[in-house]
Parts: sequence; C-alpha cells; structure tokens
Amino acid sequence: MDLNYGAEAEAFRVELADFLAGHWQPGDRRGSALKAYIASFRQEATSRGYLYRNIPKRYGGSEQPIDTVRAQVIREAFGRARAPMEVSGNGMSMLVPTLLDRGSDALKDLFIPPTMAGDYVWGQGYSEPGSGSDLASIRCRAELAGDKWVINGQKIWTSQGDRVTHMFALVRTEPQASKHAGISYLIIDLDQPGVTRRPIRQMTGDAGFYEFFFDDVTTPADWIVGARGEGWQVSRTTLKHERANIGSADALGGQFAKLVELAGQVTRFGRPAIKDPEIRQALARIEGWVLAHRCSSYRLFSLAAADEPPGLVGLMMKLLVTETGHDIAMLAQELIGDEAMLEPAPPGTRGRGVEKWLDQIMGSLGNSIAGGTTNIQRNVIAERGLGLPRELALGNDA
Amino acid sequence: MRFHQSEEQLAIQDALRGTLADALPAGRLRTLVDDPADFDRPSWDALMALGLGGLALPEEAGGSGLGLVDLAMAIEVLGDGAAAGPIVQHLLTGLAVARSRNEAAAAHLPGLAAGTTVATMAWGGDWLPESWALTLEDGKVSGSVRFVPGASAAALFLVGTAGGGLALVSGGSQVTVAPMPSADRSRRVSTVTFDRAPAAELFAPGDAGVAGLFDAALVLTAADALGGAQRCLDMSVAYAKEREQFGQPIGRFQALKHQLATMALEVEPARALLWYAAYAQDCSLPDARRAAALAKSHIADRFVSVTRAAIAAHGGIGYSWEYGLNTWFRRALFDRAYLGSPSLHRERAAELAGW
Repeated sequence: MDLNYGAEAEAFRVELADFLAGHWQPGDRRGSALKAYIASFRQEATSRGYLYRNIPKRYGGSEQPIDTVRAQVIREAFGRARAPMEVSGNGMSMLVPTLLDRGSDALKDLFIPPTMAGDYVWGQGYSEPGSGSDLASIRCRAELAGDKWVINGQKIWTSQGDRVTHMFALVRTEPQASKHAGISYLIIDLDQPGVTRRPIRQMTGDAGFYEFFFDDVTTPADWIVGARGEGWQVSRTTLKHERANIGSADALGGQFAKLVELAGQVTRFGRPAIKDPEIRQALARIEGWVLAHRCSSYRLFSLAAADEPPGLVGLMMKLLVTETGHDIAMLAQELIGDEAMLEPAPPGTRGRGVEKWLDQIMGSLGNSIAGGTTNIQRNVIAERGLGLPRELALGNDA
Repeated sequence: MRFHQSEEQLAIQDALRGTLADALPAGRLRTLVDDPADFDRPSWDALMALGLGGLALPEEAGGSGLGLVDLAMAIEVLGDGAAAGPIVQHLLTGLAVARSRNEAAAAHLPGLAAGTTVATMAWGGDWLPESWALTLEDGKVSGSVRFVPGASAAALFLVGTAGGGLALVSGGSQVTVAPMPSADRSRRVSTVTFDRAPAAELFAPGDAGVAGLFDAALVLTAADALGGAQRCLDMSVAYAKEREQFGQPIGRFQALKHQLATMALEVEPARALLWYAAYAQDCSLPDARRAAALAKSHIADRFVSVTRAAIAAHGGIGYSWEYGLNTWFRRALFDRAYLGSPSLHRERAAELAGW
C-alpha cells in the first residue's frame, strides 16, 4: 500500500503550480471581463493537456491518454489555486461522453464544442411523473413525421431548469415494442414553441428543479443517439475515462468537519457540546463511517489507476454518502436545538445562524432520492453486487 | 499510489484460507466448541507451517519482514475461518520482542516465528496501558490478569506492567492458569496469576513502543472482526440463494435483499478503513493512533451488527447450535470487548482529536 502519488506526479504538481501562478490571475475582474478571462484560461490550460483530457482535439479537447493519477493531481492543483476547471453540469458529465461513444459525427460536431464553451446548458430528460424508479415505463412519445420527430409528453426533476438550453431525453418512439426496446435517446432544442417549463418548489422552499411539458415540440430526425429503440442502452453508456475521483470523499469529510465545528460552537447541558460524552460518542461513531468512505475512495481510485474493475464497493459509495449524511443531519438537529425552529435565510446572505444547518438537514433527504433512491441502491448492491436473483415482477428484459 | 491488494497479498490470503479450511473444517469446528481446551494444535501447526508466526518479523529472526497491512490481511482470513487459539496475541508478542531493545528476549524470536513457542498477552486493567497493574520488581512479575486467551497452551506471556510497560514472562510454576467460562468457544480465556514470575522487561512504562503495540493489537483485532463479518455475510448470501419459500429462493424478496445489502454496506467499506489503519502505523502517519481507535470501534460494532443480522436473515436455522453461525456471533462478543469497547476507543479518538 502506498498513498503517495510518486515522483513523476509530484514533478507534474510543480509544473501545474508554475502554470497556475503564471496564468490564473483573475484580479478584480467581474462579469463579462471575468467570463472572457476564464474562457481564455481554459483554452490555455487545454492546450497544455490539463483540461478536457478525454475530448478529441478535433472538438477542442486535449485528447490525453487516460491517466487517473495525473487527473487527480490536476484537480488538486486547480482546487488549491481556486482556478476553474471544465465547464460543469450534465452536458459535460453525461451528454458528451455518450455522444463520444454512440453519437454520429454530425451530432458530435454540432454539440460538443458549444457544450465545452458553456454556451449550451443541458437538462436531463429521464424521469416523468409516473416513471421514477421504474424509469423504463416512460410515456413521453415521439413520432417521426417526415424529417422531424414530433414530441408530446412531460419530463420532471430537471435541474437548472431555468437555464437549460437543450435536453437529452428518453422518449417512447416504438409503442409496439417491449418496454425497454421502445425507447430512443433524442436531443431537443428547448428554445421553441410548445415547450413549457415550470419550477417545482421543493421542501426547502427553493426551486432547484423544473418540469417540462412538450406540446408538438419538434427535433430533426437525425438528432437521435444510437438507433431507434436503443435509447435505454445508450443512456446507460458509461465511458471509461478519468472518473475515479477522491473529491467526493472530501465533500463528506468537509461536512463532518463542519459538524465538529458546530459541536464546538453550541452548548449542551451548560457546557460546550463537544465536551458532552454523548456528543463525543456520536461524532466518533459518524467519523468511523466518514473514514471508511474516504479510505474506500482511495481504494477505488487505486483500482481505476491500475485499470481494474471497481467491484462491490464501487456500488456502495452513493449509499454511504447518503446514509452518513443522514447521520450528520440527525446529530446536527440535536446540536442546533431550539434554533431548528427558525427558517434559515437563503445561502449567501448575511446573519445566518446555526439554523443554516436546516439546509443540510433537508438536503440530506434529497440525496437519498436523487440519482437512484436508497431502496434502488440496495437493490443494485444485492443484485449486481451480491448476485441475488431479480424479483419476478420486475421483468428481466433490462 | 496503490491502495488495493497485490497479487502477493491475495496469494497469502488464499494459502491461509485453504490451509485453515483443511485443518479446521466445519465438522472439526463443531467439536472444538464443545471441547474445554483453549488451543487447537493441528490447525495451529498448519498455519504456523505456512509462516504465519514470522510474517511481520524481521528476516534475520526467521521472519518474512512484512508490515502490519499484510498481517491485518492475514488475520482477516483467519477471522473468517474462526481460527482457534491466541493467534493475534501470539503475533503481537512476536512484534513486541522484535521491536524491543532487550537482546536476551530476542532468543525467543525463532520459536515465535515457527510457532513452536506459543505466546499470549496478559494486559489487564481496563485494557489501556495506563491502567495495567501487574507489578514488576527485581525482575519478577506479580498479580492477576483476567481474559487471557489460550493461556493453558502458552509458554510465553506478554504482560502489561504497572504504569504501562511490557515484559515477557515464561510459563512455569510461578504462573497459574484458571480457565474462565468463555462465551467465545474458539478463543477461551483464563485468569492468569503471576507469583514473582521471572520476567524480561521489553518496554519501560511510558515507552512510545507500548503505544505502537497497543495500536497494532487494535488493528489486528479489528481485522479478525472484519473477517468474521465477511463470513456471516457470505453465509447469509449463499443461504438466501439456496433456501426456497413460497416456491422461490428467498433471496428474490426485496426485504431480504435490503437486509443483505445493508450487511454488505457494513462490511465492504470497512475493509479499506482497516487497511488504512494498518498502513498509517506502517508509515507512522500523524493520525495513526486515531485511525486504530476508529477502526477498532467501527469494525467491532459492524461485526456485532452483521452477526445479528445474519442470524435474522437465516431464520430458525441461524438460531440453532448445529448450523454454526453462533460461533461467529460469539467471536463478535470477544472482538467487541477485547482491548476495550467501541465507546472506550471513541472517547480516545475524541481526546486525541482535541475535542
């Protein structure tokens, strides 16, 4: 076992630090000046092979060989310098890898460059009001009329719904085919008549998600990824690139560090809560899980770097974060005491007291639903991880 | 950067797993638990013949010179197979002798490495070194220690002395062993009384070497617990695939699937935590002491929880003596209490963090 990245990686870290010191000097730029500065910085970083590493050069990427350790060192160096990395969001994380693997050359040319530039912002059009965990039951339909698809139906739980310009969606194009085989993967321009977007107010009071209604919305016949009826498989494409990332463990660790800080700030039974034996026990109990998660992320990272499969633990990371986040929420609720009766001011505003933990306390529930509910995660661990048979009622054509 | 098992580490595990399964098969384990002896010579000899005793001892002492990470991986497999007797204690004694500056004691190393000299630990107090209470005067140790595994078979005792030192005592007429009724039938414990027993001091009270050995003992006990938890999970998954009710394997029912997934969630991520705690000691990382405390408390709790869930998942047969799951349930009782409860080590972790 060796948690050091090695001499080559450390030399690379020095190279990155030099580059960042020389090229990431945003100063007091604001607004469009900052935006332009970031764009040129990204271009420079890409030309040196630091960003857009898995994107071919013809689309503006740096087309680097897969190197998990190098990618991690880049994340760390950029993170330390607070320098921007790739444009984030569904476009880069989901659509572009799917296009690279399954898309036509025309679609790649059309969509990858503006997505990398941040000009196109992508929504995921998967869930529908009647299709959550049973996603393959979707009813939003598209019919081919001449050189266009005509789309009718509804999509829900699209994040950044007020900003998205385009959507990659699963729609039913083959109504006669079986459940999974009747689905296609289409790309839709959202700036057209017939598209209605409506915010969903969530339990926190904010509207982080939108629902979309399609009423005779059209899209070109060739804006389909994969063939007709292959949408289900296409949506499950996961490209092998530098996915392994220690950053998500740091996020849980960061949340735990804040919890410890909170325990040092509040009092319980007349003394600092962190001196209370019950709280100390609860904190250390949670830390066991936090540490198990972090060490498992080292393990997954190491496996990815060696080009070996992630195995059982790879199926567990999301559930671990959810469950540990839940434990953190419950202890935070105990620690903030009466202040839990207060509504927190919006993030970023001044004068937020310990009641701001309600954001995490409620948000932890969102985590247990988004990206596959906790119950579905357990099904996946049991079926794919432990090899238990599928339930008969679920059908086996997936 | 490497944080997964090497071919060599997997090969050591496979060799130990196979040897233990042959030397201590299920039928033999069933008779062993009804035998009052605290030692199983055939399986001990078979494991030692593979080089277990010297795995982490220096090469010049007849060992393989591997680290605590490798030792923890070995113990994990032995916990899975419910290896009998004072294995962790024997290996710890070897480490203590090898790390001490007492050159006369080093004469024991070849016997410890070969496993021909059986050793165990008698630490006492509430487990923490500052509470150890055996007196060491004029090179002689006196006092009693409870919960000593494998004491009847042991020829050497790694004893904890008042103020937190470690000494080595050879069995003999000044050492009396009184077996205690033991819940863990595969690792029976005794009260050991030392009456002016000649001792070689390995570490004076307060020596930093004591803390390192204490932490190593925590990690190895956690390794045993992880292996036991893995065994309970594996048995439950296998049973869920084969047992039929309502005309289908019970593993098809979501309620049981979720129980088993929850058990797996307790076991699999804990493996990397164990590796890290061992690695942190091998590399003397600044958080090595906390990692050992958190690993022991977390993994011992997981073992208890997983054995309970395993028996629930099995239904009636899990509650039977014959089926054998209770062997691991009882080992979980041992691993949770031995060297201090999870709450003791969580409080230590809090203290060490400056909370």
